[in-house]
Amino acid sequence: MATTVHEPPKIELDRLPSQGSGNGGSRNLFPADGDLRRVKDHAPPPASTGIWVGLAGITMTFAAFTSALIVRQGSARDWQHISLPSILYLNTLVIIASSVTLEVSRRRIAAFMGGLKDKTKTPGENPARWLYITLALGLLFVAGQTFAWMQLRSQGFKLATNISYSFFYVLTVAHALHLLGGLGGLIRVIGKLNHAVLKRSTLDATSRYWHFMGVLWVYLLVLLWMKL
Amino acid sequence: MHDMSTHAATHGAPMSFIRKHVFSIDHKVIGKQYYALALLAALVGMGLSWIMRIHLGWGSFAIPGLHLLSSTGAPGNVLTPEYYLQLMTMHGTIMVFFVLTTAPFAAFGNFFLPIQTGAEDMPFPHFNMMSFWVTFVGFLVLVASFFVGDGPTLGGWTQYAPLSAIGAVGGPGEGWGVVLWATSIAIFCIGQLLGSLNFITTTLDMRCKGMSLMRLPLSAWAWFITSVMGLTAFAVLMPACILLILDHVAGTSFFVASNLVINDQVLPHSGGSTLLWQHLFWFFGHPEVYIAIVPGMGIVSHVLITNMRKPMLSHRVLIYSMGALAALSYMVYGHHMFVSGMNPQSALAFSFPTLVITIPSTIVVLIWLGSLYGSKLRINSASLFALGFISMFISGGVSGFFLAQPSIDIMLHATYFVVGHFHLVMGVAAMFGIFAGTYFWFPKMTGRMMNETLGRVHFWLSFVGAYCIFMPFHYLGIAGNVRRYQAFTDDYLIPLIPVHKFITVAALVTGFAQLIFLYNLIHSRFMGAHAPNDNPWEGTSLEWSTATPPPHNNFGDKMPVVYHDPYQYNVEGASTDYIMQTSPEKVHSPDEEK
Repeated sequence: MATTVHEPPKIELDRLPSQGSGNGGSRNLFPADGDLRRVKDHAPPPASTGIWVGLAGITMTFAAFTSALIVRQGSARDWQHISLPSILYLNTLVIIASSVTLEVSRRRIAAFMGGLKDKTKTPGENPARWLYITLALGLLFVAGQTFAWMQLRSQGFKLATNISYSFFYVLTVAHALHLLGGLGGLIRVIGKLNHAVLKRSTLDATSRYWHFMGVLWVYLLVLLWMKL
Repeated sequence: MHDMSTHAATHGAPMSFIRKHVFSIDHKVIGKQYYALALLAALVGMGLSWIMRIHLGWGSFAIPGLHLLSSTGAPGNVLTPEYYLQLMTMHGTIMVFFVLTTAPFAAFGNFFLPIQTGAEDMPFPHFNMMSFWVTFVGFLVLVASFFVGDGPTLGGWTQYAPLSAIGAVGGPGEGWGVVLWATSIAIFCIGQLLGSLNFITTTLDMRCKGMSLMRLPLSAWAWFITSVMGLTAFAVLMPACILLILDHVAGTSFFVASNLVINDQVLPHSGGSTLLWQHLFWFFGHPEVYIAIVPGMGIVSHVLITNMRKPMLSHRVLIYSMGALAALSYMVYGHHMFVSGMNPQSALAFSFPTLVITIPSTIVVLIWLGSLYGSKLRINSASLFALGFISMFISGGVSGFFLAQPSIDIMLHATYFVVGHFHLVMGVAAMFGIFAGTYFWFPKMTGRMMNETLGRVHFWLSFVGAYCIFMPFHYLGIAGNVRRYQAFTDDYLIPLIPVHKFITVAALVTGFAQLIFLYNLIHSRFMGAHAPNDNPWEGTSLEWSTATPPPHNNFGDKMPVVYHDPYQYNVEGASTDYIMQTSPEKVHSPDEEK
């Protein structure tokens, strides 16, 4: 058996080696031609890929819930139309606003980090306050969802009252639980930012997760509005 | 000889016993923990199968001490019909989830995927640690159902609704037993999702310099493909389990239809869909078959190549075939529901991809056989079990051709024919893959060699024993022997009882052969001969480039650089008959020179 030796890809100064040929993962040190060379950043760091993988898993979970809803709706005549609590629409605005504030925050933090690296520039204001606003909006959303559940319960509409309510509670609670994970991520980002150990990849991954929660909520609201 | 460079460690080596051996974030320790869990689960699962087989062969035989497991389920040390079903359910659940998924995928994958990719660890080591401990908790929750209320659920590992969703009125274990079962599996799903997240990200992002995707060994590819299946399949089973739990504890009606009367009692549910559970379960369930077997395919390929001293006929086609199996596994799940009353057109739609999926399976087998043809295979315990894997996969797979056709499946679906089919193709084959991996990688994992003589005795007893157990199952199925019966009292079944007795004896002998393996494993771990060097099998992939056992960060203070495809054996002009991936040695192809 003959073989051909392929040299490892050369590392260019201005361009990272493609992920397809392996980039050494989270390490900053790359061996190249016997020398050690500092690479500026990685493309992509594991957090960046990992968040997409995680979101794929969450997508599958809610796809399963959705298909369950559709199959269950078509299987019997006990499906009941329900009026969604009005506060859900306000909550929708809140979670959209939180995505906007997070995006503002993300950009300001990027500029802030750039300012810290470039010693010739004066760093701007600490951008953590936009993260606090996002966090507050996230908590407001959870409070609003809780209010909606309590409102329905006070009207006698509980989890087992009707299958429509069952799906309403299951979908909204499942979303809220995932959103709590996003709130935890935001708190972690704030902590890291305050201790000046925040990585860009962590911020980006948290942002993507949060935006996904917003998109997921809009999807769920449309689904609930159409199907329930 | 090997080109390495210095690097910075991802995380420091743990100092305390707890962080080093219990709550470790080191993928190698986590891999060993998964292996230990799978071993424990396998012993429990095998013990349950022994009890069931003795009962099927000699129904009135009192098994000493059995009443300790359940005084009501085994009064006088003899199983009640219900408790037989409860043990059967636990056997299936434990073996499918906590052995066949855990050992070849989570155990070996955790230990070797980062090493084979040239990484120091998984990218999210704390998630990795959580993955194991969550899985362990899931196992404890499942085992706890033996000791809660009237024992574990009796609905089978598939937990078909409505039986699984109606509560205690359905029989022993259908109350808390089902709740604990569903909770256990939901927890298990979380663990596997965390594991899949790490596996996928490790493969895509953590490869060392020079390690292109096609330079990954086949075992690494198999774990990667399996992790993609795990991510998508377990993410569907988890919500299904949540809905099942809610039907129990909250009184919802996801799976229980209206006006269902059980034991003269009208159930307070309305409109639930019993088929909904089957759809959700089998959307997970069929990929699960491949989650169990694809890692074995990768492990066996890796072991065979090393022992054949030549690569497979086509590295790429083997990878593409495993990928095709994964993709098609989602399109065939309906073949488990041919008798559910589905539209015949739907049955056709599921039958066609079921037949199509035999194509990549056949390609994989032909590549193995074609590669083995004319090779001078080194015979050892690992390669014997790899050959056994192929044998079992073929034998079990052939019966799949019959079951893929709705007209035949309607006759065979609830018989021992199906039991024989899936035990061979998914159970025994996967177990042989685990054994092949164990004998092959044991030196790297522990620094010691397993006893080769005991390994060969283990193989031959297991190989002959497995066929003695499961081939007669096919005959029983064709003869109309229904599965899940705890006794055979019908006229047409009574003549088949001697076959069951033969199978029981074979099962006991084969089970004792596994105790030989257990002894070999434990004895060799502490008193086995030391591995002669870091590369006792003269392998080429990265796990053989590092120390034995590997240091905390896998490669010490030097990180590997990869120059070659993973399986360079019998290379013309090379100083040895193999070139390691890390070797910068250049050997030019005659074709290229032309």
